[in-house]
Amino acid sequence: MSTVLSVRGLSKSFGGIRAVDDVSFDLAQGELLALIGPNGAGKSTCFNMMTGHLKPDGGTVSLNGTPITGLKPRRIWRLGVGRTFQITATYASMTVVENVQMALISHHRRVFALRPYAHRLYRDEALELLDLVGMAAQADRACAVLAYGDLKRLELAIALAHAPGLLLMDEPTAGMAPGERAALMQLVADIVAQRQLSVLFTEHDMDTVFAHAHRVMVLNRGRLIAKGPVAHIRADPEVQQVYLGGGTLFNALDTSTDA
Amino acid sequence: MGLFIAQLLTGLANAGALFMVASGLSLIFGVTRIVNFAHGSFYMLGAYVGYTLMQVLPGAFGFWGAILLTGVVVGLVGVIVEILVLRPVYRAPELFQLVATFGVILVIQDLALMIWGPQDLLGPRAPGLKGIVRIMGEPVPKYDLALIAITPFVALALWWLIARTRVGILVRAATQDREMVGALGVNQSWLFTGVFFLGCALAGLGGAVQLPKGGADLLMDFNILASIFVVVVIGGMGSLPGAYLAAVLVSVLNVFGVTYLPQSTLVLMFVVMALVLMIRPYGLLGREEVAGDHGQSGEPERPIKPAGARVRLIVAAGLAVLAVVPLLAPSWIAILATDILIFCLFAASLHFLLGLGGLVSFGHAAFFGGGAYVAALLVAHAGTPMELALLLAPLGAGLLAMIIGWVCLRLTGVYFAMLTLAFAQLLWSLAYQWGEVTGGDDGLVDIWPPDWATSNLVFFYLTLVLCIGGILALRHAAHAPFGYALRAARDSARQAEATGIHTRAVQWVAFALAGAMAGLAGGLFVFAKGSVFPNELEITRSFDALIVVFLGGVKTLSGGVVGGAVFESAKDMLTRFEYWRLALGLTIIAVVVLAPEGIVGGLRRLGERIGLLRPSEQET
Repeated sequence: MSTVLSVRGLSKSFGGIRAVDDVSFDLAQGELLALIGPNGAGKSTCFNMMTGHLKPDGGTVSLNGTPITGLKPRRIWRLGVGRTFQITATYASMTVVENVQMALISHHRRVFALRPYAHRLYRDEALELLDLVGMAAQADRACAVLAYGDLKRLELAIALAHAPGLLLMDEPTAGMAPGERAALMQLVADIVAQRQLSVLFTEHDMDTVFAHAHRVMVLNRGRLIAKGPVAHIRADPEVQQVYLGGGTLFNALDTSTDA
Repeated sequence: MGLFIAQLLTGLANAGALFMVASGLSLIFGVTRIVNFAHGSFYMLGAYVGYTLMQVLPGAFGFWGAILLTGVVVGLVGVIVEILVLRPVYRAPELFQLVATFGVILVIQDLALMIWGPQDLLGPRAPGLKGIVRIMGEPVPKYDLALIAITPFVALALWWLIARTRVGILVRAATQDREMVGALGVNQSWLFTGVFFLGCALAGLGGAVQLPKGGADLLMDFNILASIFVVVVIGGMGSLPGAYLAAVLVSVLNVFGVTYLPQSTLVLMFVVMALVLMIRPYGLLGREEVAGDHGQSGEPERPIKPAGARVRLIVAAGLAVLAVVPLLAPSWIAILATDILIFCLFAASLHFLLGLGGLVSFGHAAFFGGGAYVAALLVAHAGTPMELALLLAPLGAGLLAMIIGWVCLRLTGVYFAMLTLAFAQLLWSLAYQWGEVTGGDDGLVDIWPPDWATSNLVFFYLTLVLCIGGILALRHAAHAPFGYALRAARDSARQAEATGIHTRAVQWVAFALAGAMAGLAGGLFVFAKGSVFPNELEITRSFDALIVVFLGGVKTLSGGVVGGAVFESAKDMLTRFEYWRLALGLTIIAVVVLAPEGIVGGLRRLGERIGLLRPSEQET
């Protein structure tokens, strides 16, 4: 498996606080990698440096061997990195399908085009993507009236419009009901398998992480304190200590999933 | 040295009234998010009310008592305005309320004219402070020294009120997050009303306090409006110390400007503002406005669709009528229709920026007037034929828009609006003061179409073709991928940038296109009137377009055109009456209160209710 994303020594301070401190990891093709950690651990800061929203103080991020550190978000996207937001960001004045069409228009580099009318452009392609995330039935609804979980799925379709090799998802299931969470992550896992995508996601819900991630990294106070396969992370005493304040919960979880 | 000190003192004295008025504006904006265009009118009202009260109340006690009483009276007028005009529209789309406040300006102008008459009033001298003091040989009015001494106390009292009292805590909390304050059980309506009282009272105080220096006249409202916006923006929206600092800066610079660089006076403060905003985008002491922090209130937006067959048919029929009627009607109809068409194109160009791009420009007259001056200068100095001038007017205005847009688009929201206003003022003062080239106040005259187009009817058809062409071009751009990208940048710049859209480049191109179309309208205007004057670049021009776009409906594609047609016709009808401002102001307020979605949105809602149109889904 080739390395898609490679992060070395990534650091960022806000004032005197080291929000992210010397973080290094690799993400292989086809891998579903979870970044977890308590609130304030530096997950979002880490994320924003990879997507170009924040400039790191030190360290490098490379995509397929090309350095992308400090590039603008739209450049990083052009290189094949899709992303979804922790708080959804969609175009409220457009319909669901037009949201995806907009991403496709940008993908085909026709943002400045004056013809034909945009609502006809790439509609079929957009409908296929909506079908993939299970939103085809709502294609012509106004985006502003969608339920939150549907917005998350729409965002996923928008991110997939560029046929990215790497998908960065910041808390993809935040604010969703448990059933919806499982369904969405299953969808992501299927797409990863189908398209040989790589995914890095942050997540608070341990069920989701342990059920779907191939590998897990744990961030605490800006430092990576553990990384490895799910079973390895579960058994790690330091992770149990800092992340949940004790081991009982992990063990309880263990028996429930095994049963 | 003596002169220098004396001027410094004059500047500091002038800063007093300016600070009071500006801090009121800043408070109102901070808490209610309303850009109160009528703030200058409350200042004017303060001057008139203060004048009357000073006539009635005797002596020194009467003079200072009158000033305080004026604050209360004007504050109460503010409360009436807030309850009657603004309360019904708080839930309307952001910035819509400024239209209502514009209506208030017109109403107050005519009410002041009715009550106090058209002549300027000379303010009474302050008892006991009539003379001058010699400082290093230079005369300094005693009243100036009194003002310099009083202003810091007003500022301190205000600071104490905001920083130390319970009411102040509520006001500051509401400035940061008014929804949260509401959720914590504070009665928002009365908080807003209270802030409006305080803000208007400050404006009234400012008006009364400057009476011995400046008196009262009917132009005060617009004259101070630009200055207080500049002060608030330089200081940073919502910052009282910032407002004080900026008031002093602007006033002192103005006094020195008059002495050492007289031709700079009209534009100096705008240059200062532009410089400050380029270095500190949120003013001297302001903090970054977090976009989307205050959220969209009111109904969710509806997706825009290209017109269906039936609507196209109706529009085509309307155009046919428009093309035929001037043939049959008296010739003034053709002239009126020409004016309306030109105004519609101007409004449509602003609507493109504002409605689709979310870019609220307070200085769109720069491009209308810019195009007009390009055409007029070409004809006056180079003998350019009209056909070529009408081609170069939009090109020149578009080029201008590219330059101005490149600078302004680094800022967002109110700061963007103010910077565009600053550039428009810059152009205005250029046209006004560069007499050899632009003719200054006398304008450029005798610019008529060539022989083939001199008849009103022919010129009307020329205008019809060019304006409808321009409007259709804008509509086409709105439905094209480019228009979608512009809306995407407005709806969610974050998502747009994250999907490869260079949002600022898209907005820049849109700014240039809108500027070019406004320039075309300006070019046509010159040949329709045969002349151009600096007032085509004035703030009121920009505001006219802004009002029209909001009245027509920001969120509907045809809002600009419909609003333009309605507004220009209404103006034509109403200006025949003596108190036309009152009538127009009340009309605007009525539209705002009855149809907060604008005329087009209101008509659509009406159509849905009586079953003519199919309603779209509404869930939230």
